[in-house]
Amino acid sequence: MAEQKVPETNKKRQISQSYWSLVWWKFKKNKLAIVGGILIILFYSICGLFAEFFAPYTLDYQSDYLEARPQPVVFKDEEGNFSLRPAVYGLEEKIDQTLRKRFYEVNRTKIYPIYFFVKAEPYKLLGFIPTDIHLFGTDPADPEAHVFLFGTDRLGRDLFSRIIYGGRLSLLIGLLGQILTFTLGMVMGAISGYYGGVTDVIVQRMTEFVGAFPDIPLFMALAAAIPVTWSPILVYFMLTLILVFIRWGGLARQVRGLILSLREREYVLAARSFGASDARLMFRHLLPGTLSHCIVIATLMIPGMILSETALSWLGLGLRPPLTSWGVLLQEVSSVRSIRFAPWLLTTVPFVLLAVLSFNMLGDGLRDAMDPYGGR
Amino acid sequence: MSEPLIEVKDLKVQFNVRDGIIHAVDGATFTINRGQTLGIIGESGCGKSVTAKAILRMVPRPGKVTGGEILYHRRIKSNGSEITDIVNITELDPDGEEIRKIRGGEIGMIFQEPMSSLTPVYTAGSHIGEAVGLHRLVPIRKVGAQMVETIQAHRRISKQEAREIAIDMLRRVGIPKPEQRVDAYPHQLSGGQRQRVMIAIALSCEPKMLIADEPTTALDVSIEAQILDIMRELQETVDMAIMFITHNLGVVAEMAEEICVMYMGKIVERASAVEIFYEPQHPYTRALLKSIPHVGKKSRERLASIKGMVPDPFNLPSGCVFHPRCPEYMPGKCDRIVPSWTQVGENHWARCLLYEGV
Repeated sequence: MAEQKVPETNKKRQISQSYWSLVWWKFKKNKLAIVGGILIILFYSICGLFAEFFAPYTLDYQSDYLEARPQPVVFKDEEGNFSLRPAVYGLEEKIDQTLRKRFYEVNRTKIYPIYFFVKAEPYKLLGFIPTDIHLFGTDPADPEAHVFLFGTDRLGRDLFSRIIYGGRLSLLIGLLGQILTFTLGMVMGAISGYYGGVTDVIVQRMTEFVGAFPDIPLFMALAAAIPVTWSPILVYFMLTLILVFIRWGGLARQVRGLILSLREREYVLAARSFGASDARLMFRHLLPGTLSHCIVIATLMIPGMILSETALSWLGLGLRPPLTSWGVLLQEVSSVRSIRFAPWLLTTVPFVLLAVLSFNMLGDGLRDAMDPYGGR
Repeated sequence: MSEPLIEVKDLKVQFNVRDGIIHAVDGATFTINRGQTLGIIGESGCGKSVTAKAILRMVPRPGKVTGGEILYHRRIKSNGSEITDIVNITELDPDGEEIRKIRGGEIGMIFQEPMSSLTPVYTAGSHIGEAVGLHRLVPIRKVGAQMVETIQAHRRISKQEAREIAIDMLRRVGIPKPEQRVDAYPHQLSGGQRQRVMIAIALSCEPKMLIADEPTTALDVSIEAQILDIMRELQETVDMAIMFITHNLGVVAEMAEEICVMYMGKIVERASAVEIFYEPQHPYTRALLKSIPHVGKKSRERLASIKGMVPDPFNLPSGCVFHPRCPEYMPGKCDRIVPSWTQVGENHWARCLLYEGV
């Protein structure tokens, strides 16, 4: 009796093996894609959800150390013995007489140990839980102590914290914009492909019209149309909408192509013969068939979105201070002077690269996994 | 018993393509009675499927119903008595609410290709649930529960109920372990099982008529027999008419009570199944019957086939469309006079000049 029960459960599991469990099974085998996926989850949770916790300083914190170099982290105490608690050396202000410029040198006599889960400036976690615990920081009892892992900018703000906060806007614009692009592209593509004829012509000419515009002048025109008096958050949403407006066409075309081939399938006819309406056929029977393809395209398009925001903000067309995004951070390094005297401000670049690469790795992994029946 | 359900009168369907007009269905006239099975046979491309699709207003794009009418005798319950309301399907909006209620709800259809008739992303159960949900009927009626029935007919079915109906339907079409199969995706089912699921979907709303468009063509013979058995069994239990389209003469002999033979968009002969097989009148029917191979008949002869080719639809022969291939061609008559619909026996009609005395 017990022996018979085992194949019974096996069989049950086999039947419930849906398409998505096959996709997941294949996706798991791709190590690079897993790494990409984990990195993306880390990026979004560190920058997106818990930026205040991971950043040692809040966004409006300004120190007296202007354009200070990054402080090296050491595992030594004052006597030079190894200790598990990391620490940073203090910084000492010096004046370069020939350049008539202030600069900082590492002062090895001062050492500030780094404490974890320290109580520092208060903030609201996820926007509503009031707390003051940060992942790491210096001794709150010592007002002299400071930790600038990536140095500070011209106004004395901690770059490490700013990169984390900047990632929030940059990554969210990618996600939010892509969700909107995805929805708009899917719906327009489905309508275009399903109805065909005049509708198709109109939608396709629209995508071509939008696609034929040179990007940068269009951005400039649209960005110039955003009133200066608008609040930064409105500007942020407008920029997202502008990006969506320019990018939905590509996806709509792909969806249209897929729908054109899918709508001739017998199951569409069958569903119609059971009394399904046009909308039901489009959104319930046709679009799910394109979903796996579109998720891949959408994932691979998110880096483009992030890069667009970065590029636009760098050009001064996108987000503006006081908003902080990776593009805004990079705009501050847009002079030779900054690169010559404060090269650490470029630390943002590896983060942008890493985020873009993770999305590409994830997208590639998804592309292979979404076709679980195909060999390879 | 001989109360009509669907009356097709002089139906004409044309396909307006670049090279001209194709008369896919040219003056088809027939009646399907309640609970009866009508077989429609004919070669590929003779207009069988288009006729079926015209009944549901699903003629594919360049095609258009250009003439005739399809009368659907709909039974409506009002104040405890049944009234028969006649709906002219050809006048309904093909995308309208009304025809969608008829599609699936009152006239179900099953297709030739069970492999591709199910949406690959949904389970068998959700397909049946969808059809049930769309028509908001409770198909399994309990005897003596009239009150319950009227209440149920007017409210939307819940997911749980739809699932139970789906399981029950799967059981009725003979799928083993329906509780598990209800969650199976189409790719996990075999061809025969998929066709059973299709039948279950079509029957889940208890339609008054089932259009079966070559339902067993893609299946192997043993599965075919099972599917036909299931259809007949269910027909008896729910008193449903079947329009059975096929080019398989053996299958139609087994299923149908009455048979229409189509050739080039025209119905050339109509009679009961027995008469069609034992006393075929039209030369085309006779030729068709001769081309069936017989088991056990030892002969060195080659299997008979209808001579000539199916004519070019843009360039139909004059007179009787069959005359260039007809073994009983009468020169001077058949190529000049279009034969009319003539009664050749009791309830036996043919479209041939042999019986017109010209």
